[in-house]
Parts: sequence; structure tokens; C-alpha cells
Amino acid sequence: MSTVAHEHDHHHAPTGLKRWIFSTNHKDIGTLYLIFSLMMFFIGGAMAMIIRAELFQPGLQFVDPQFYNSMVTVHALIMIFGAVMPAGVGLANWMIPLMIGAPDMALPRMNNMSFWILPFGFALLISTLFMNGGGPAGGWTMYPPLVLQLGDAFPFLIFTVHILGVSSIMGAINIIATVFNMRAPGMTLMKMPLFVWTWVITAFLLIASLPVLAGAVTMLLTDKYFGTSFFNAAGGGDPVLFQHIFWFFGHPEVYILALPAFGIVSTIIPTFARKPLFGYASMVYATASIAILSFFVWAHHMFTVGMPIKGELFFMYATMLIAVPTGVKVFNWMATMWKGAMTFEAPMLFSIAFVILFTIGGFSGLMLGITPVDFQYHDTYFVVAHFHYVLLTGAVFSLMAAAYYWLPKWTGYMYDEKLAKIHFWLSTIAANVLFFPQHFLGLAGMPRRIPDYNIVFADFNMISSIGGFAYGISQLLFVYIVIKCALGGKKAKAQAWEGAKGLEWTVPSPAPFHTFETPPKLTKSMLEN
Amino acid sequence: MTSIFKKFIQALALITLPLSVFAEWGLNMREGVTPISQKVYDMHMVSLWVVTIIGIVVFGIMFWSIFHHRKSRGVKPAKFSHSTTVEIIWTAIPLLIIIGLAIPATKLLIEMDDTSDTALTVKAVGYQWKWKYEYLEDDLTIYSNLDEKSVELSQRDDSVNPMEHPDYLLDVDEPLVLPTNTKIRILTTANDVIHAWWVPDLGWKRDAIPGFINDNWTMINEPGTYRGQCAEICGKGHGYMPIVVKAVSMDEYKTWVAEKKQSQEAAAAASNKEMSMEELMTKGEAVYKANCLACHQANGQGVQGVFPALAGSEIATKAENLKTHITHILYGKNLMPAFGEQLNDGDIAAVTTYERNAWGNDTGDMVQAADVSAERK
Repeated sequence: MSTVAHEHDHHHAPTGLKRWIFSTNHKDIGTLYLIFSLMMFFIGGAMAMIIRAELFQPGLQFVDPQFYNSMVTVHALIMIFGAVMPAGVGLANWMIPLMIGAPDMALPRMNNMSFWILPFGFALLISTLFMNGGGPAGGWTMYPPLVLQLGDAFPFLIFTVHILGVSSIMGAINIIATVFNMRAPGMTLMKMPLFVWTWVITAFLLIASLPVLAGAVTMLLTDKYFGTSFFNAAGGGDPVLFQHIFWFFGHPEVYILALPAFGIVSTIIPTFARKPLFGYASMVYATASIAILSFFVWAHHMFTVGMPIKGELFFMYATMLIAVPTGVKVFNWMATMWKGAMTFEAPMLFSIAFVILFTIGGFSGLMLGITPVDFQYHDTYFVVAHFHYVLLTGAVFSLMAAAYYWLPKWTGYMYDEKLAKIHFWLSTIAANVLFFPQHFLGLAGMPRRIPDYNIVFADFNMISSIGGFAYGISQLLFVYIVIKCALGGKKAKAQAWEGAKGLEWTVPSPAPFHTFETPPKLTKSMLEN
Repeated sequence: MTSIFKKFIQALALITLPLSVFAEWGLNMREGVTPISQKVYDMHMVSLWVVTIIGIVVFGIMFWSIFHHRKSRGVKPAKFSHSTTVEIIWTAIPLLIIIGLAIPATKLLIEMDDTSDTALTVKAVGYQWKWKYEYLEDDLTIYSNLDEKSVELSQRDDSVNPMEHPDYLLDVDEPLVLPTNTKIRILTTANDVIHAWWVPDLGWKRDAIPGFINDNWTMINEPGTYRGQCAEICGKGHGYMPIVVKAVSMDEYKTWVAEKKQSQEAAAAASNKEMSMEELMTKGEAVYKANCLACHQANGQGVQGVFPALAGSEIATKAENLKTHITHILYGKNLMPAFGEQLNDGDIAAVTTYERNAWGNDTGDMVQAADVSAERK
């Protein structure tokens, strides 16, 4: 991914380590984000392997319960903030300027900073595992009073959350500034590629929700060290208040992870169906509706805290309503495929798997939204299965699709299609073996976040673990394919895919260090949606 | 490594577990034993069927398209990219479906919310990591700890095998006894961090939040033993605080209450007696397993940085710290909860003695109930 061709470059381009550390180039920073997120994907994945190894059979075999809880907690934080979010920002960095005909991001120096504070944030987070008292172990949701029992790691956890929040907010500001100011002449908002649209909406979600999280964790900090009682009932506070504030951030966060995925899939499916995206305008409106609704459904994560019935009914109705715009999206993707002339390269395969498996996650989401039944599902493996369907076979699969789709543009070479298809089938089968049985475990009564379980849960846990190991090993193949592609292969054309539309395919592959220094002239066919 | 291999083989054998286990726990939600749990199950099945049918239709159409509309079959792509009519249809249909689901869900939620006219009230208090049950009308309090056998089998030790225990991690020393066919109010709250009280057969779970009380109700139709677990992460012992409900007839329940009260009074009286070293150590070990082992570990080594070691510790070995030792147990310190309320003087005397003489501490100290009583404020 890192071999951006220099020969096309008319300017003096920095080289060596300085090129990366001081980079203000959207492509280099995009590459940094993507490589970083891949590394985090493997670190978080290794923690998942520890979890699945411990759950392979009843009894305690490998780790102590306290460390197990740390793995559950840090796995989630790393995967959400370290793998999926930076991958999304990396794609936005690389592709948005190319898609809208801009020479770079609007705020290149801030772009550098928003990336480079991330490695420090995660170094801090991972270092907490070696501190006195162990790493954060109360779940990534950090509910008090439990999180306040954390040892030396506590202030570092809070500081990590602040750093990651600052990074994401800067990234979001940059994306909004770029899209609103730097579009090529003629590209009106309703002519933008859908990926750009989903990212603008995501950026607004980030700006609206992350400060709320920062506020919540700062209140935890003052409760622990400065004698406040925001969340302490004995001092007149309320532990549930934290949950309300946290999920006011947390639910939009879910869509921060999912909306860019919608954008990716909406880009890839038309390419390989050789047919324009069905219902472009309704896609934009559906994305915006989902984003707005996401601020009114937070308490469905906490139906069991004992809210008044009117509150529970409101949040149940609002939650179920999200099924409508989400359904519109799925139907639009289907209609895009309908009567197309489809081929099934790796990006398309991952996108189709995304549509199906994300929808399965949506189905369990609808079931979870029904409050009286959620009282049974809540905090069980049914929930674990649900959010891994939407986040792993959803968000992560879309990121894999995006990587295969744009690798030719990034490296100038086609990736090994045969290996990529093997990677796809291994990932898809393994992920389903891994997560589908967890629905059964949850329904049968297995709570989440437990290191050990009764023998009635043994069979499905073992099957799930086998799927987990297979999924983990298969991802090494992805790394091999990416490295192989970066080093060489069949030369990619400027328009690497036959059916691809959009400005990014008008520049050579690999994309030169600087592109669109003068705004491109947009032809009518380019602006067709 | 060989032992891991052995376990692997043992575990593989598990896949062929008798089908009866499947029949008991199955793939699906349990129907449970209360009117509400049955309705919750029905609502679950309705929504499951709804999404299954939608899935079959949607994915069916998609696969048909994937099969037929492919370039390799020489298809020329169509050009259409919108149709207001179909877009209105596929917005309206999902809306109608969710309205159809929301109506029965609302009715059920209202029914579950009605905690009026209960005949009996039990307050379930979550502790790290056990449950306390207070029968408010009968003025009876019991503590419900993980059963001793599960404690032994849950250690990180290759020589134990949890397969031997059918109720592993789902059994307690003192189950919550409840009468059948009676509307019972169950209040949930917690002493330290948030827990959640959940018995799948009763059809709901509810958080137990320190400083707040949630009220719920249940009415159990069939006598039997129903098992559940804490459902909100509450620290290291989250997986080790099961809930066991034993439903019996009203008469049996009344007899049980009377007997329980009698035996508690007898135990309290007996606990004031002087005990021999042997008695103290035996009793102390049992009390330690039920109350202290989760943090301080079977070998008294604790968990570095979180739970202090007792083996060789200043407090458990130095004679001048004997009183501090007792007051820590009675009133707690930092993360350590106060045990003064849940253990009687004899239990605390025994466990103090045990801690001062086990794992090579060998102080020879004997603590009697009177010594503990003297430290109570």
C-alpha cells in the first residue's frame, strides 16, 4: 500500500521516515491510518483468540477471570477505536479528495496530528495491561461503580479515551471542511458519491457524540479523585446517569462504524453490477434519517435498568423505526443488483456477504428492540452474536471489500484474485461458525462477559471457538495478499474495474502523490447518479 | 501440554453429549414456568418467524438475481435507477410490520410492569459476588453463595474437571425458596456495583443498582428448581454468582421459613460457644471457601495488585494486628466488603483463626466468638 509512485510527482516529495512522520499528504496519511488499523485489528484479534481459547471448554484453562475481563474490555476498545474507526478515516482520507476532485484534505496539518496521536493513545491503553491491578476490566462501557474499582490503570484509561476522542473529532472536522469547501466545480451535494455522503454524515455524528463521551469519562475521573458524586448514589448521584450519557454517545457510535460501510457497499455494488445505484436520493435521505434517529434510541441498550414504562415504550418505538430506513437501504442494494450484469470479484463478494450478514444482524437487532423480550436477550450471547454480525460481518467485511476494491488504485497493481476469493470464503464460513451458534447460547441462557460456564453451553462454545480460530488464521492470508499486491503483480489500469464510475478512476494507478492540483472538468456522464 | 491435549480429547467427546441435554436447553429460548415467561416466549417466536420469513423472501430474491443477472450469462445491464412506486411500497411494508409487532409488545410490557397486589416481597441484593435475599414479610434473611463443589472445580487446576458437575456454576449453598401460585414482588438492588438478577425460566432480568430499588414480579406455576446467573459484569466473580430459585407449595414454603428461622437462631446461639482449634479450622475453611476464596484465592496468595495475599501477610501473622484483622473482616476495607452483617461471630472467629494458621501462617492464634463480639461497634 505504501508504494505511492514518485515518478509522476512534479514536486519535491519528502522521503524516508520524515515522509511519514511529517506527512501532510492525504494519501500518505490515509495509508498510515490503514496500516495502523490493520495492526490494531491483529492486536484486538489476538485478544479475541485468548477469549475463545478460554471459552473453548468449561473450566478455567488459560487465564484468570480478572485478566479475562481485561481481554473482553480491551478487545472491544481496540477493535472499535483502533481498528474500525481508523480504517474508516483512512479510507476517507485516501478517497474523499479523489472522489470530489480536491487536491488534498482542507486541513492537512491537523490531518497529520489527528493520525499521530493515535499510536500514543493505544500505546497508553495497552500499557495499562501491565500496570498494578491490571488493565481495564469492567467492559468497554466503563459503567460505574465497577470501573472505579480499577487500579492504577484508571486515569490512563480515561486519558486514552480523551486522546482517541480528540483524534476522531479532528478527523471529522477535516472531512466536513474538505467536503463543504473543496468539491470540484459542478459537483453539487446531491451529485457526490454516496461514500462521501455517508462520511459527511458520520463526521457530524462524531462531532456531536464524542464530546459527550469525553464529558462522561471526565465525570468518572472527578468521582474517583476529586470527591464528586455524579454517579454515586450515596452522595446523591445516580450510577444510571452514566449509562444514559454513555449510550447517548454509544448509539451514534454504532452508526459511526456502520455508515461508512453503507457508503462502501453502495460504491462497490453498482461497479460490479454494471448498473447505477438504485435510489441515490433515497439512500442519502435514509442515511440521514438513520443518523438523526440514532440520537433518540440510546436507552434500548439499558432496558433492564428499570426505566419508567413510558420511557421504555418511547425507546422501543424509536428503535423499531430504524428498521425502516435500514430496510430501504437493503432493498436499494438489491434493486441495484437486479437486472445488472454481475461479476463476483472479491470486493463484490465481500459486499454481498455484507448485505446478507448485516441484515441478519439487523434482524436480531429488531428482536432486541422489542422491550419485553429484550428482558430475556439483554446481556446474553444473543447480544454478542448480534453486534458481531453488524460489526464484523458488517463493518469489517465492508472494509475488506473496500481494501480489495481500491488496492489497485493505491498500489498500481491488481491483487491476487484467486487468493482473495479463498480469503473471502474462509472468512465468511469461519465468521458464521464463530457467531451463529452464539445466538443459541444466548437464548439458552448464557450471560455475556463470563470466563467459564455450565456444561450445557459446552458444545456451542467449542464450535464457536473453532470458528474463531479459523477466522483469526484466515486474516493472515489478507496480510499476505496486501503485501504481495504492494510489491507487484499485474499492472492496474487507471480504471481498474470495468464498471467503476467516479473521479478516482480518472487518475492513474497508482494515484500520483499529488492529484487534482487544478480542479477536474466534470462531464455529464460522470455526474450521473 | 499433554494435559491440554487430554482436555481437548475430553472436550471433543463432549460434542457427542446425550441429546437429552439438547432437549433440556435446546437451541431456543426457554418457555419458562410463569404466565409472563410463556408470553415472552410467544412474542419471541412471533418476531423470530417474522424476521425469518422476511429473510427467506429478501435473500431468496437476491440469490435469484445473483444466479440469473450475471455477466457470464451474457446479460446486458439494465439502466433504471429509481422507481417512486416501489420505493414507497418498500418503505410502507416494513412500517406496517413493525406496527404489527409493536402492538402486542406494548400490551405485554404493560402487563409485566404491573407490580400491584403481590402477596410476598423478596428483596434481592447483589454483592461481589453473592446474593442476599430478604423476605420482608417473614423477617428472614439468607445469603446465597456459589456451591462448594463449583468453587473447587472452577479453580485453574488441571486436576479438576467441571464435566463431573451437572449444575456447575449454576448451584448455590442456599437457594431462594419461593411459594408457587403466588404473586411475588422481587425488589432488586445492590450493595457495591451493578449486578443483574436473571432466572431465564421466570422470563425477565432486571439490574440491581446500588442506591436504587427496582421492582418486579413473578408468579411461578410449577414447583421445581430454576437456575440463572448474574447478567451484568460486576468484576472478577461475575461468572460465579448464580441464582437458584426453588419453587415449592405455600405450605412447604411456610414450613421452610419456620425451620430456617429456627436453625439461624440455633446457629447464632451455638456460634457464641468456645470452639477447639480443630473445630475452628474446619469451620473456618468452609467459611473461607464461601466468602473469601474468590479474591484471596485457595492458596491465600490473592491476586497481585488487586487482592492482597493473606499467606505471610503482616495483618494475618503479627500478633499486634489481630484486632485489625478482625475489624477488616467485620467492616471491610477498600474493595473488601463488610462481612459483619452476613457472618455471625462464630463464623468470623473461625475464619480469622483459619487465616492465621493456614498456608504456613502457623501463628497458633485461636480466635473465639467473644473476641469478635468485642470488636463489634
